Amino acid sequence: MIVQLRAVSKSFGSRLAVDNLSLDVPAGICFGLLGPNGAGKTTALRMIYGVTRPSSGTVRVFGIDIARDPRAVRARLGVTLQQNVLIEALSPKENLRVFGRYHLLSEPELSRRIDEVIDFLELRSHAHLPVRQLSGGFQRRLAIALSLMNRPELLILDEPTTGLDPAVRLALWSRVRDLRAGGTTVLLTTHYMDEAQRLCDRVAIISGGKVIEQGAPANLIVSHLAPETVEFDCASGEEAALLSGLSLPLRRRLRVGRRVMIYLENAAPLIDHIRHRDQGDRRAMVARPTNLEDVFLALTGASLEGGQ
Amino acid sequence: MSVSLPHALSVWRRNASMYRRTWKWNILPNFFEPVLYLLSIGIGVGAYITEMSGTSYIAFLAPALVCVAAMNGASFEVTYNIFVRLTFEKAYDAMLTTPIEPDDVLAGEILWAVTRACIYGTCFYIVLAFFGLTPFPSSLLVFPLIPLAGLLFAAIGIVFSLKIPHIELFSFYYTLFLTPLFLFSDVFFPLKERLSEPWLWVAEALPLLHPVRLARAAFRGNFSPILLWDFAYLVGVSMLLLVWARRGVRQRLTN
Repeated sequence: MIVQLRAVSKSFGSRLAVDNLSLDVPAGICFGLLGPNGAGKTTALRMIYGVTRPSSGTVRVFGIDIARDPRAVRARLGVTLQQNVLIEALSPKENLRVFGRYHLLSEPELSRRIDEVIDFLELRSHAHLPVRQLSGGFQRRLAIALSLMNRPELLILDEPTTGLDPAVRLALWSRVRDLRAGGTTVLLTTHYMDEAQRLCDRVAIISGGKVIEQGAPANLIVSHLAPETVEFDCASGEEAALLSGLSLPLRRRLRVGRRVMIYLENAAPLIDHIRHRDQGDRRAMVARPTNLEDVFLALTGASLEGGQ
Repeated sequence: MSVSLPHALSVWRRNASMYRRTWKWNILPNFFEPVLYLLSIGIGVGAYITEMSGTSYIAFLAPALVCVAAMNGASFEVTYNIFVRLTFEKAYDAMLTTPIEPDDVLAGEILWAVTRACIYGTCFYIVLAFFGLTPFPSSLLVFPLIPLAGLLFAAIGIVFSLKIPHIELFSFYYTLFLTPLFLFSDVFFPLKERLSEPWLWVAEALPLLHPVRLARAAFRGNFSPILLWDFAYLVGVSMLLLVWARRGVRQRLTN
């Protein structure tokens, strides 16, 4: 195991941020920690690279107890923080140089590595401009480049694509896949379920500091919901009538406000049924594959069936 | 965990990389400040003073202003700059994702503040030499003193920076701490000749007083036992404050 958390808890005063968390991240995979803001994701990450000490439990990274030798662990991992930490007056190249020195890289290795990460994250075009003149997407790529300076065996990404435009997100995802293909273990947090579904081999869903479920995204979808989803708006009083007389097995129904989501094996018969009930009234409906967002909602959000 | 010098130096080099970009704009105002005092008070006011403590007024003033330059050099670094790195830029949070530990961060920052004190102190010494105010070779003894004065004000400033919640509070530090120190630490007039005995004891608490007394002794080349106390104050108070700062840095950066 690259990362192993055993019964880890952390409280800040009376607030329990992480509650008896156990996690295993095997080598070579991309592992996602999913959860709403304030779920304890960042605290869990900080305990993994050793700047937050658990109130109880043990954290081992690369088999090393982080409390015993944080320097040895951090020499082998890279972290991209949620907020970009860049020196705005300096160029990307100079930022990489400064950061490489934190890992005690010296010439000529330092220059060689700077060139490699600049190519890898396509920073060449603006490598000499002050960082403050660069776009948000460029700055984010640079922040990730910094965390690759020491060729980490484990890359930790805290909300890697929050606030980025779709093209930049796609480009970053592809870089993360390249790293994983090259043997780097990736541990990321996100509250974008599409990101988790596209990138992660395994995810752990965290809520209130606890892991409430973990597994491969596809398995979670199948085990908690069903492959297809039908989504439409409907007042809560109207719903029973709309679905009455339906012979289909519905795996699960969820409601968020006026929005109802129904999970089932095959969407088509349900759509026909509702069309029939609506008697020519063209209600807007969406039939789509079930995704991790639905699983997340099912596990943490409001459920129509009152917690069933 | 103890300090790793190579890691502390990487923190120092971060600041040096930035300073290389901005030193022309940074150094001028801070450097001119003691020069202006030297011209206005030393030469201007000094013209009306036949002697002070046995020397010309400008020769009385000159060594003290070397210490003021060192104090200013260190202070700016450990106040606004450190506060910004700590609170807004989160620079230390990024450092702690690498093998750098909080103690290395503190050591690197202190070393950098001392470096700036040395840059300012040395530049001012060169100005004094230009005016023929640096008796050779005894005045060269201020060179080991400049980093010690820098260390003391780095330690004081960093403790203050770690404790305050708002950047605005630095104006208190400057107007209610550094400015009074500047005015009442033997720089412009000898406290010994103006204060009564009990107040002289109180004045011994003032941090700028000690490097000033040492610098003046160095320039004159006359030494007395009280200088041992000044030296002990410089080293002792710096160390005490650094122990305090060390705890503060750990508390702020890790939890």
